[in-house]
Amino acid sequence: MSTIDALSSHSPRRTRTFGQREVTETVVPIVVSLVTTTLLFMLTPLDGGFGFVLIAAAIFLAAFYVSVRRTRGAIHGIDRVVGVAITLAAMLTATPLILIVWTVFRKGIPGLSLNFFTKTMEGVDPSSGPKVGGALQAITGTLTQVGLAMLVSVPFGVATAVYLNEIRGRMSPIVRLMVDAMSGIPSIVAGLFIYTVWVIGPGHGYSGFAASLALGILMLPTVARTSEEMLKLVDPSLREASLALGSSQWRTVSQVVLPTARTGIVTAVILGIARVAGETAPLLMTAFGNDKVIGPVRALHEPQSALPLLIFQLFAQDQRQRAWTAAMVLVLLVLALFTLARIIGRSRKTG
Amino acid sequence: MPDKLKFVNELLADRPIPTIPDSPRSLVTPSSRADRIFRAINVGAAMASLVVMALIAGFLVAKARPALSAAGGKFFTTFEWLPDDSPARFGIGSMLFGTVVAALIALLIAVPISIGTALFINEYAPIRFRRALVTVVDLLAAIPSLIFGLWGLSYLQPKLNGPARWLSEWLSFIPIFKTKVPIFGSSLFVSGIVLALMIVPIITSIACAVMAEVPRVFCEAALALGGTKAGMIKEVVLPFSKGGLVGASMLGLGRALGETIAIALILSNDFRIPHNVLSPGGASVAGTIALKFPEAGILGRSALIAAGLVLFIVTLLVNLAARAVVRRTKAPAGAEGRK
Repeated sequence: MSTIDALSSHSPRRTRTFGQREVTETVVPIVVSLVTTTLLFMLTPLDGGFGFVLIAAAIFLAAFYVSVRRTRGAIHGIDRVVGVAITLAAMLTATPLILIVWTVFRKGIPGLSLNFFTKTMEGVDPSSGPKVGGALQAITGTLTQVGLAMLVSVPFGVATAVYLNEIRGRMSPIVRLMVDAMSGIPSIVAGLFIYTVWVIGPGHGYSGFAASLALGILMLPTVARTSEEMLKLVDPSLREASLALGSSQWRTVSQVVLPTARTGIVTAVILGIARVAGETAPLLMTAFGNDKVIGPVRALHEPQSALPLLIFQLFAQDQRQRAWTAAMVLVLLVLALFTLARIIGRSRKTG
Repeated sequence: MPDKLKFVNELLADRPIPTIPDSPRSLVTPSSRADRIFRAINVGAAMASLVVMALIAGFLVAKARPALSAAGGKFFTTFEWLPDDSPARFGIGSMLFGTVVAALIALLIAVPISIGTALFINEYAPIRFRRALVTVVDLLAAIPSLIFGLWGLSYLQPKLNGPARWLSEWLSFIPIFKTKVPIFGSSLFVSGIVLALMIVPIITSIACAVMAEVPRVFCEAALALGGTKAGMIKEVVLPFSKGGLVGASMLGLGRALGETIAIALILSNDFRIPHNVLSPGGASVAGTIALKFPEAGILGRSALIAAGLVLFIVTLLVNLAARAVVRRTKAPAGAEGRK
């Protein structure tokens, strides 16, 4: 029998195995950790589920290291423990999202009724039950403010992206730096700025429009930088083909680059909206709040409500049930916007 | 006529050749009027961000001046906030303290978790799981801070009482955990943890981008030499992305310093310096602006704008420094990145 035959008689080597040894390596530390933690909680004045999970995880990591080191050596022990610790970190990141969405829905659903979307709080005692009054003024307010903010920030954002990626002028590095710096402005500072420059100045008082100016400032950097990334994805050969056919830069950008990046820019805008739809702090000193529905035209000079603002005010008045229902609607709105951005973004890649 | 052309003319004397102009043709055609207008509009729009930043600084300074000149140097050392009293006594000392401590607690918790998550996404997760986790991180970043605040106040805070009591009983030899009365909550500890959850997605997504730039060949070389995955991470991935990770953490710090509504809901907004991080107490700059603004008088608003100005300057510096660090470490020399 030749060597080749001897080798081929074996089944192909499995690159990854999870057999008897791995099971023992894992199960023993799990049991050790659970038993020790339970004993620890019974013998010492420890309580609370959070503490239990943390201590159990720490003991498990230690026990797992010891058990792997016993069979494979210290280097593999460290390797395995690092892998498990990193996986735990990733799980820890995902947990709050699930907990938050679960909490918001659990607390929000009991207050949900149709009039929440069709009635306002005008002349309604906020402490009366969920069947009276609603949040129509806040929902329309948020839509108005975000819509007006879009009118302000989308043209500027897309033009900034075109400047950064198509024109590439001398000021590009400074503009990019400033847009980055703008994205770091705390939202409350944007609110204070609009208060000083508009509300106590030419705006003559609180208004929904002042709120959309503040939201526009917060939205602009997101729209600009995401659009810039989307313009970067446009195939350079398209651009060059257009220029080679003799078209001007204006024609190239307006007829070739922007239409190609259209879905990407829509994604950028939606992400910008999702970023500002839940902003609360700037609204305190711009929109101020209102019990009545204020249309887009009257929002130019009248105080207006908004979902986040209403939630904050209801919570401050201890109207928890209404606040949670409004919070649920807000979370649904943000999640819906986000999903929309994802779907549009994905259709771009496939089609 | 230059000598070279004469030579050519002699060589081709019997052939008719076109006249050659004296000067070379310009390589650049003058741009059309449409193009010039198009560029001017885009340049103008791009300048908007510069103008807005300058206006923010200018207006905040102008409106903060009454309060700043009333308080003088005491603005940073006074631990009270009574700007509408006479005499007015106010300063952002305690607020700055609260903001910085809460942000540091947040960083301490968020940085290891974020780096772990980024490593999991880049090195460990199967491809399908990776996409799901990236979506989760993006979604977390999209959850409004108000919702984080409500959730932190009504769900997380009661759950943190146990760990807080444990810390105060077993680690009370560390001054920041030493509590006189066993009352917990509305504390810097809780707000730090909520802040940590809020900045994890920011740090994670930037850390992911930075780690994706690590040259794959080096990672594979480390594994081919018999290194374990943990060894590869320690010797290749982390050293290469170190600068970017520092920058990512600083961006998270910037966000934590400027965070308003979540902290305003959780902290008790007490202007004395708290002796520990577990008991109710402490205030933050942004939270105080949000809470005190509706009730403030003329000097009070000016004082709050001054606080906003300090916040603006601090976050601007942190952000610019962070971007500089991230940008400088983007392209490791002598190797191409993934993709």
